[in-house]
Amino acid sequence: MSMNFTSVLKTHLRAATAAAALLLATGAQAADLNALIWCDHADPALLQPFEEANGVKVNVKEFEGTGAGLAIVEQSQPGDWDVMVIDSIDIPRGVEKGLFEPLPEDKLPLADLFPEVKMDGSTVVDGKRYGITEKFGYNTIGYNKTKVDPADMQSMAALTGDKYKGKIAIYDYYLPVIGMAALAIGKKTAELTEADLPAIKAELLKMKANAKLVGEVTASQTALATGEVDILVGGGEWVTAGLAKENPALDFSIPKEGAVLWSQSLAMFKDSKNKDMALKFIQYIMSPEGQARLATSSCYWGMPANAKAALTDDQKKILRFDEQPGFLARAQSYPAPTADLDKKMQDVWTEMLQAQ
Amino acid sequence: MSNATNSGRALPRAGFALPWALVTPALGWTLLFFVLPFLAMGLSSLTAHDGGGFTLANYSQFFTDPSYWRAMVNSLEVTAIVTVISVLLAYPFAWILAEQVPERWQRLALMLAVLPFWTSYVVRSYSWLLVLAQNGVVNRALTSLGLVAEPLQLANTRLATVTGFVHFFVMLLTLTIFANLKQLSPSYRKAAADLGAGPIRTFLHVVLPLTLPGIMVGAFLTFVLCIGDYITPQILGGNNELLMPQLVMMQIGRRGDFPLASALSIILMAVVTVAYLACARWLKIERA
Repeated sequence: MSMNFTSVLKTHLRAATAAAALLLATGAQAADLNALIWCDHADPALLQPFEEANGVKVNVKEFEGTGAGLAIVEQSQPGDWDVMVIDSIDIPRGVEKGLFEPLPEDKLPLADLFPEVKMDGSTVVDGKRYGITEKFGYNTIGYNKTKVDPADMQSMAALTGDKYKGKIAIYDYYLPVIGMAALAIGKKTAELTEADLPAIKAELLKMKANAKLVGEVTASQTALATGEVDILVGGGEWVTAGLAKENPALDFSIPKEGAVLWSQSLAMFKDSKNKDMALKFIQYIMSPEGQARLATSSCYWGMPANAKAALTDDQKKILRFDEQPGFLARAQSYPAPTADLDKKMQDVWTEMLQAQ
Repeated sequence: MSNATNSGRALPRAGFALPWALVTPALGWTLLFFVLPFLAMGLSSLTAHDGGGFTLANYSQFFTDPSYWRAMVNSLEVTAIVTVISVLLAYPFAWILAEQVPERWQRLALMLAVLPFWTSYVVRSYSWLLVLAQNGVVNRALTSLGLVAEPLQLANTRLATVTGFVHFFVMLLTLTIFANLKQLSPSYRKAAADLGAGPIRTFLHVVLPLTLPGIMVGAFLTFVLCIGDYITPQILGGNNELLMPQLVMMQIGRRGDFPLASALSIILMAVVTVAYLACARWLKIERA
């Protein structure tokens, strides 16, 4: 009886092991592409054409902020991820950690990119290209032009004055809004140091005192769209363009102090098990069709980095495509703090959130 | 005699083994899904974010940075307000259901009372945001009745967070208090009446003390669930103040700082443990 039981147990264990091996093999099939992304890449309208054309399944995981993205990578096994969306300015952080694979420049449409957003200072490290800018835009002042005077939106002073008190929302992402606060006090975003933080904090607290809420993407979009607030600090085309059809009164300005240029890039992981497919994915996203779909993603709109993006005239108008040269000339780069300064900036942000 | 002795020896072993066999799955579950993760979290909380060795820096950050312990103060204030309001609203509600609604309708009435439980937590919170918004139902009613000239700021405030919480926890407390009231034998009231007590005195000196365990169980559950909730303050509070779960999520989502998030979580668990110890004497459903 005991022998029979052992024998039955062994048979079951063998069957279970075989089933597990099969499952694992299926899970790791070469046809899968694993992408660490921002929400705009999760749009089926963007992914489906690539999946169908290449017979591949794109598995995506969304994250918010480079720190969180790198933490996910650190907790994963080498080879778990193939491509990553990352702030262009943070590509050197990934390179420093030995995460990324150089990209073949001759197989990418670099010549078609807006020159100002190629950002070779960040995307090229030691002469090798590790990332390619795919989308950009501005963290600036988003507003409802039927509720506020557009002339007031040409200066950041409107954000801290009394006129729009209680009518303002702040986008809950510390880097761009800290960049805006720096611009408001006449600092250059690329030159911020710890010594600038007290003045930046004071400016943030003045904004907070005027604000009704500090909200992430959905909350701040909803607040502006529903009329809960009339101004969004940190807003831009990424808020107003996607809502243009439903609410044409939403607009954005690049005030005289400037705006913060955000720019996201694609990078390939050095340990990817599927580098050919990863490169195909990057090429697809950078193609005119992929760029148009990414630019008008259901999560948020933004300017395509490729000037040849296959956008319709209406879409270009909503994105203010033709005004880009002027905007780019006045925009400053995203703050790129060291790890230590980044922590201190987040502490300042936490203090701003807690301020009553 | 020999058989009896053998049986006598065998029985204690069986008697010892059976309870352990029965309790093992629950113990295993607790070990696997509570004790081990808790230990992992404890170890994580004692390591540095940048991969260094043992450190207490994550705990000292909480106690030395005012914006961090302010989150705990906010959490305790909100939780206390929610718990007190929920108890005050739920008790009469449960009493009406248990005492005033005819027996045959009680099941239906209770089901209707907890109907909002059937909707998604997130959807419920967003619904409250719409109700409390500047152009929402409440502000429209207040302005159209001429009670206020300008819409009030109700959404994205602590008031909105408390409202969302109270809506949810009144249902929970109603269930625990209702169950307690239904367990109460009518003979207690009859005995009180025989001794000359009126309805108010009977309630204050008989019914209320006997339903205190139900209140405390519900209040404790409210405290635990409320102080650890992230969704409601995140959606309804407008980030105008941070509560502890939001601070924990900020460390994970923004910084990828799992050691600090672990330390904050352990501090939160310590507060819950203190709350449990303070209420422990009442946290039993059975009556003496």
